[in-house]
Amino acid sequence: MGNKKMTPAQEQYKKLEQKHETKRPVLKNCLKAFLVGGIICVIGQAITYFYIYFFHFTEQTAGNPTVATMIFISMLLTGFGVYDHIGQFAGAGSAVPVTGFGNSVISAAIEHRTEGFVLGVGGNMFKLAGSVILFGVFSAFVVALIKTLLTMWGVL
Amino acid sequence: MLKGKQSWVFTERPVIESSAATGGPFEAKGRLSDDFDILHDDLWMGKESYEKAHTLLLEEAITTAIEKANLTKEEIHFMLAGDLINQITPSSFAARTLGIPYFGLFGACSTSMEGLALASFIINYHGARKVVTGASSHNSAVEKQFRYPTEYGGQKPPTAQWTVTGAGAAVVTNNPDKQGKLVTTSATIGRVIDMGLSDPFNMGGAMAPAAADTIKAHFKDMELDPSYYDLIVTGDLARIGQETTYELLQKENIHIDREKFQDCGLMIYHEDQPVQAGGSGAGCSASVLYGHLLNEMRKGTYQRILMVATGALLSPLSFQQKETIPCIAHAVSIEVHP
Repeated sequence: MGNKKMTPAQEQYKKLEQKHETKRPVLKNCLKAFLVGGIICVIGQAITYFYIYFFHFTEQTAGNPTVATMIFISMLLTGFGVYDHIGQFAGAGSAVPVTGFGNSVISAAIEHRTEGFVLGVGGNMFKLAGSVILFGVFSAFVVALIKTLLTMWGVL
Repeated sequence: MLKGKQSWVFTERPVIESSAATGGPFEAKGRLSDDFDILHDDLWMGKESYEKAHTLLLEEAITTAIEKANLTKEEIHFMLAGDLINQITPSSFAARTLGIPYFGLFGACSTSMEGLALASFIINYHGARKVVTGASSHNSAVEKQFRYPTEYGGQKPPTAQWTVTGAGAAVVTNNPDKQGKLVTTSATIGRVIDMGLSDPFNMGGAMAPAAADTIKAHFKDMELDPSYYDLIVTGDLARIGQETTYELLQKENIHIDREKFQDCGLMIYHEDQPVQAGGSGAGCSASVLYGHLLNEMRKGTYQRILMVATGALLSPLSFQQKETIPCIAHAVSIEVHP
């Protein structure tokens, strides 16, 4: 969109075209995202309590089985073709939680099953999630480095 | 015969002997379901991949069109077809099954009219006596290539369009008995127009200037007034693109009656189907024209229509590299021979 070399005719056209564009209903989308994202988090919290009360998990260790369970649910919803409909309704609300990450991996894996397990599923399942992992790990590394340095210098 | 700058007049009036349309489950729930010859209730259509299902759609449309013309595939001299998939494999694979000498075309979603214009030209100049032409798209196969996996939960903006699962094909012949039959009378070949839009979720907006340019060129070359046609139909501009095209034409002093200016992407689905701005894809204009619109012409609803198929000539690579979206439109005039 940020094309600097637009000619005057193109600029003029863009203005004309934008009049007809349906705008994203930002406020409505934010509310929907808040509600659905919130519901997903409530479910996650319930699962955490479930693991704490019925199994020998503490508040610190219950995170891992909770994430695994949420991803499992997301996998089922993706496989049964429900998650994309939730996504169209909720936007960021269902994309940002870990279920959205699961959905991006699983949907790609399902999509490329027809190209075989190695080149299809293996080669493509991280096609969307790959950049999340790369930049997630990299930013974690940078933050950890800063923290280490600050601790070494006695600031923290 | 060349007329004006970029139009052909088909003096021999090639006959559209028959036509057929095939579609998927989503189209079966749409507004025009009665006009499809074959509707599949499953996107896989009994095949192992969406790409194979895509091939099947075109094969069935062509086979049905040939059957309806009471011909056999051996009697067809050439096949002209195209689609949106890399290297147009669905069309070429259908041509492999059918065994008809084949021209593979790529004009994105404008392929249907690129094919009909060329088929009419070949017939008009005695390059063949019988030609079949068609175009197709498959929602899941196309989404897989251009956008995200089908089950991915990304939110599409209201400007996005829904790729039609469908194919349309027509048999064009040099039949001398033309009375009461559908004939192609002229075609205008479009220029590639790029007005600097780069959002692949707003194809209608990107394609509108190409549609307006071709429509303007058609009336100028043919020395006609828009009132000559009972209907002017664009391919897959959908709501945003169609409104924009209408305004562009108004500015060029081409005044079309609003009711007579329609779009295949807006005709094919019901308003309550979740398609955002409307339908798109090479199969959109092909299935609506070769199904619904030609049926309406046979019934006598319209005597003359101008079909303007629009195409966005982008690739997944080109938009990732921040290229803008060049677009094209081709127009073919279809009339009921008196």
